[in-house]
Amino acid sequence: MDLSSSNLNSVALAARLRAKAIEMSHAAGAAHLASSLSCMDMVAVLYHSVLKIDPANAKWEGRDRFILSKGHAATALYAALAYRGFLTEADLGTYGKAGSLLEEHPSPRLPGVEAATGSLGHGLPFGCGIALAARIKGQSYRTFVLMSDGECNEGSVWEASLFAAANRLGNLCAFVDFNKWQATGRSKEVLALDPLADKFRSFGWNVCEIDGHDHLQIAQAVQTVAMGEARPTMVVAHTVKGKGVSFMEDDNNWHYRIPTLEEIRLAKVELGVP
Amino acid sequence: MRNAFAKVVTELADMHPELVLLAGDIGNRLFDRLKEKHPDRFLNCGVAEANMTGVAAGLAVSGLRPITYTITPFNTVRCLEQIRLDICYPDLPVIVVGTGSGLSYANLGATHHSMEDIAILRTLPNMHVVCPADPTEARLAVTDAVRLARPTYIRLGKKGEPNVHTSDPDFRIGRGIIMRDGSTVAILSVGNMLEPALQSADQLQDEGVSTKVVSLHTVKPLDDALLTSLFTKFELVVVLEEHGLIGGAGSAVLEWGNIQGVDLRKLIRIGGPDRFLSACGDQQEARELLGLSSAQISRRILDRLNGRHASGT
Repeated sequence: MDLSSSNLNSVALAARLRAKAIEMSHAAGAAHLASSLSCMDMVAVLYHSVLKIDPANAKWEGRDRFILSKGHAATALYAALAYRGFLTEADLGTYGKAGSLLEEHPSPRLPGVEAATGSLGHGLPFGCGIALAARIKGQSYRTFVLMSDGECNEGSVWEASLFAAANRLGNLCAFVDFNKWQATGRSKEVLALDPLADKFRSFGWNVCEIDGHDHLQIAQAVQTVAMGEARPTMVVAHTVKGKGVSFMEDDNNWHYRIPTLEEIRLAKVELGVP
Repeated sequence: MRNAFAKVVTELADMHPELVLLAGDIGNRLFDRLKEKHPDRFLNCGVAEANMTGVAAGLAVSGLRPITYTITPFNTVRCLEQIRLDICYPDLPVIVVGTGSGLSYANLGATHHSMEDIAILRTLPNMHVVCPADPTEARLAVTDAVRLARPTYIRLGKKGEPNVHTSDPDFRIGRGIIMRDGSTVAILSVGNMLEPALQSADQLQDEGVSTKVVSLHTVKPLDDALLTSLFTKFELVVVLEEHGLIGGAGSAVLEWGNIQGVDLRKLIRIGGPDRFLSACGDQQEARELLGLSSAQISRRILDRLNGRHASGT
């Protein structure tokens, strides 16, 4: 499976990224597969056609920044970084192995990784700092942060939400991968997260509610970021945990389960990936 | 120290266009000049220290040089994970400044005491822990931390402390400053204990005990060469700190000595107990409660010297 092929559309890319994440989960015996599948369409659209980044110059000052705040979905990020040439397919094969920087949660030492994530609630404050730096330095890059709904249990998410709105960080865009599950239960039950979009609206954000698997809606949601919109943008993306593989969809056992070889075969058939 | 900090930050902001000050809704009027001259580089982050620390790390990773500032326990242990993961893990040049450290705010109650911060912050990889003794050292510490460009915690006292230094010492993070020479006892004073340390040295001198005093402003990294020389030449090495004994500067010296194989029987650690302090009065009264007044310190050293002499004869 070639991830670095440049002529894929974003939907085909998302299917390949999903297949890759499934293979990586199996090879490393690493959990959180359903979390990666849930956010994969947003990751695919961002890395396919939104982010201005340069793998030959990973630290280019003018690059758009992407922070995977739900760091447990690291395979989604790693597969996307391989698609854009920050990593190689061989690098992906080292995921979770001793000596590899492709750890189960992203290391800041890995090219293309902007922040150390894995402990939830860190990405949005960090992203606020990066977005604020653009204003102080007079730069036009945009900052994107992808969070999970369970992550919105963390108080630091709400501290940062106050801060971003108060400081009019219109160059900041956050996503909530709202798959309605967290590790041990429904997010609306654990800490009564609903109505989530209203919460961010009341905090002063420009809120879009979208189908987080619809690539057109994802692309449209980020169009106004840093384009005259003074408010930070929050994309509340309704998603299905385990999306793309029928026997994983909305089954929270796949928060921790590792796919077998046979399950990989079946999943790839469903995804239409050879 | 607080006013010295505000003044030097304003001066450094003039020199360094990357310097940004983030405050946790304190320092009313303290930073007026900075706000006036560089309005885009002063941020009141509100009472939200976890976010302030994460924002600082995001600024630093983008090439800016942030300093976070609020009352010590709120800027250290409250947002410890942000310091650990956002600042120290990627080794970013953020300066974390705590004000009102130790027992500076003794009469505000245990919520505002910080007797654990040195212990906790020195465990973090990449972190530097600096405890200035007076306003002069506070100014020099901030200046040197900007030069260092690594994660640095600066532990300030409060406002209005006298200057112990009469002129600028040669200040370098990681190197102790020799305040007074002596030959029998060496007192390593950490942070704001320098004034009582010097008074104790006077009292010891009156008793015929020649006492060297060092301002050991940096607890991490320790001054290896200085410590090695002190443990070689002196009968007693005293580490004095307005901080709990568990994990503090004295513990750091104890760990260092264990690795180096020096004679640790020479070491006396003087600091706070393993309990929350209640009804302890103001800073001076609290020090007396803990045995941290100059008279209590010199008495303890003399007792130890006498006991040792007695057992040796």
